[in-house]
Amino acid sequence: MDTHEEVATSYGTHHGGSVKLFMAVWSSLVAITLAEVYLAYLHFPAVTMLLMLIGLSVLKAGLIMAYFMHLRFEKFTLFLTLIPATVFCIGMMTVIFPDSLRLFEVRIHH
Amino acid sequence: MTESHTEVALDSPWSGGGSPYAMGSKKLGMWLFIISDVMTFTALLMAYSYSRVSNPDWPAHVFPIFPAVIFSTTMTVVLLASSLTMVMAVAAAHRGARGAAVKWLLATMAGGLIFCGLHATEWFHLIEEGVRLFSNPWGSPLFGAAFFGITGLHMTHVMCGVIYLGVIAWGYGTSRFKDEDVEVSGLYWHFVDLVWMFVFPMIYLMSVKYS
Repeated sequence: MDTHEEVATSYGTHHGGSVKLFMAVWSSLVAITLAEVYLAYLHFPAVTMLLMLIGLSVLKAGLIMAYFMHLRFEKFTLFLTLIPATVFCIGMMTVIFPDSLRLFEVRIHH
Repeated sequence: MTESHTEVALDSPWSGGGSPYAMGSKKLGMWLFIISDVMTFTALLMAYSYSRVSNPDWPAHVFPIFPAVIFSTTMTVVLLASSLTMVMAVAAAHRGARGAAVKWLLATMAGGLIFCGLHATEWFHLIEEGVRLFSNPWGSPLFGAAFFGITGLHMTHVMCGVIYLGVIAWGYGTSRFKDEDVEVSGLYWHFVDLVWMFVFPMIYLMSVKYS
């Protein structure tokens, strides 16, 4: 039986994906970036623009984490441990955000 | 305890015999650090958005297509390219090709340095236009602190990453480090790239100056 250290070391080199796949992911990331720049000049309302850009950024982040950071090739338990809790915490941070709209109204009326 | 009991205990992931995530402690540690840093940048971007929305005099359209948008888009592509070279470095390290891995790591470091050079140039453009930490010619003084604070923290991460990759390239090239160390440094570098994917649209693209 391998020692604990040997087991951990062999796990540490876990790897997946091919050069072709990584090139495809990179091309997609560049294409989405250029699409974001194009969208920025289309005069959408600020909230619409923000939602579109954040949506595309989340897509890019997903591609980077899944393929470049190999999360897709790791055990699913790692995803379950890290991602749902992170999304929850980020969601909790947005709770304060509506207050900025109230403050905006207060400031323009004073 | 008999021999068979010992083996069962070592085989059980929750008994210290294996790794429940099937990875080494360095890699798991880096993932946990990354998650904590995600919280830091999320809080900063949330504070930026809060300040922008709540201030009627926030300078909302300040970045012209040249140099700001052209520079920041180029920086984004450079950072993405450096992520690709980092993937190649990890793949080479996985094959045991130390020379190739070191070359890809050096290419990644070059990408990081180009990013920082372009970013510093962009900063100087804004400073020449009168943007300071606590003042600017366009509106709410919070703009300068928010802009320099968030992009500065990100640039600090990039510079730390360049130094980190330099140490890893030296250590891996001289057989002091293992391929796992290259992969762990890759996680950090991709995270720096990932953060910029949010900083770029929220700071720059949401504030483009229409012609």
